[in-house]
Amino acid sequence: MEWTDEAIVLTARPHGERSAIVSLLTHAHGRHAGLVRGAARMGAVFQPGNRVQARWRGRLIEQLGTFSCELLRADAAFLLRDGARLACLAAACAMAETAVPERAPHPVVFATLESLIRGLVEGWPGWAPAYARWEMTLLAALGYGLDLTERETALRTNDRLAYVSPRTGRAVTASDAWRWGERLLPLPSFLIDDAYAPAGIAATDIAAALRLTGHFLERHALLPAARVRLAARFDTAEKEKPCHTRTP
Amino acid sequence: MAGPAIERLIQTLARLPGFGPRSARRAALALIKKRSALLTPLVQALTDVAERVRFCSVCGNVDTDDPCVLCTDSRRDSSVLCVVREVADLWALERSGAFRGRYHVLGGVLSALDGVGPDDLRLESLIVRAETSGVREVVLALGATVEGQTTAHAIAERLKETRVHISALAHGVPVGGELDYLDDGTLLTALRARRPFANSGE
Repeated sequence: MEWTDEAIVLTARPHGERSAIVSLLTHAHGRHAGLVRGAARMGAVFQPGNRVQARWRGRLIEQLGTFSCELLRADAAFLLRDGARLACLAAACAMAETAVPERAPHPVVFATLESLIRGLVEGWPGWAPAYARWEMTLLAALGYGLDLTERETALRTNDRLAYVSPRTGRAVTASDAWRWGERLLPLPSFLIDDAYAPAGIAATDIAAALRLTGHFLERHALLPAARVRLAARFDTAEKEKPCHTRTP
Repeated sequence: MAGPAIERLIQTLARLPGFGPRSARRAALALIKKRSALLTPLVQALTDVAERVRFCSVCGNVDTDDPCVLCTDSRRDSSVLCVVREVADLWALERSGAFRGRYHVLGGVLSALDGVGPDDLRLESLIVRAETSGVREVVLALGATVEGQTTAHAIAERLKETRVHISALAHGVPVGGELDYLDDGTLLTALRARRPFANSGE
């Protein structure tokens, strides 16, 4: 068995002294792991977030198989000096590694992760809202997306969706929220409104968005340490400062 | 093929880095054949290490004394502290002879997945040293990897309040490296870290 695909490096765990078990998020084959022989001398290639051309080989499809990879874009290298963006890259790759099931194609997750990484590399100011939105996409792609059926009703009644039930994932309007008291999770508007300008979003809204997506992601996968650290950055960030002027 | 004692020796040697079953078998045979020249001194050295070597309570290095020889050397510059991931990195820097300050071994780096957090590293003792030991500069000598640099940024964040000068190792073209053979990431960081070229006559 053999295939070739474009992929994003998620993790590389040392295997023996020279090899590594590398996990990639591929375009057409989903998250896929494989053995890379001689990976110890290819540390620059197997950094999370790097784009590679991967060739997988295995005698049987069920086997771990081996990868041979060629570096296409060294995106991680662009971010090594920027602590906040690097934390975002590490969180995104770790989240994909933890949440995306192995060997099931998720082209939308691949495309949006690629777009997020490109945004980070290009210094896009709205990277933090983009990350929170990517987690929304991840939830939806995994079948655990928020239930936004009340959106039409909210538009008709000039109301807005402002909270989400932590149990069902159903969004409720601001005027209906009193029924459930403080049990509801705040739903920042930028998460569901595509026209929202990302540059003016406050760190508190980002923190609320990450709490919301984190709550639902945690129900289906363990939140990786890098994701927890990214959320902590926004939790401790100065209140009411727009994220494009002060990234935590 | 061999008795249980020899098999146990082979199996133990095979667990060492750089050894496999075949090389462990060769090493065991060499030890047995050269009993007085190799085996006895090795036993003595291993016993010494097992009984006397410990981690330095100041820097985290390994030595027979605590504090270690590097921490007690009065000729070293106490105002510069070099933060490294593991003892192997400390040894690599010492081998180069390029650094004459003090060290601090973290004991690892922050991991994205494996749950190695700040509490698992020797971060608190680093902050205390930076605050109380007359340190002027902290050199972050961590790997040019996502995990290494994530750790470096986390340390820099924690050290911000101590007001020590924080520097980091440069990333770029290695000595003897030809550009044609370098990967894109190394070339990129080298270009980003370019500096004014000093003429020898200046």
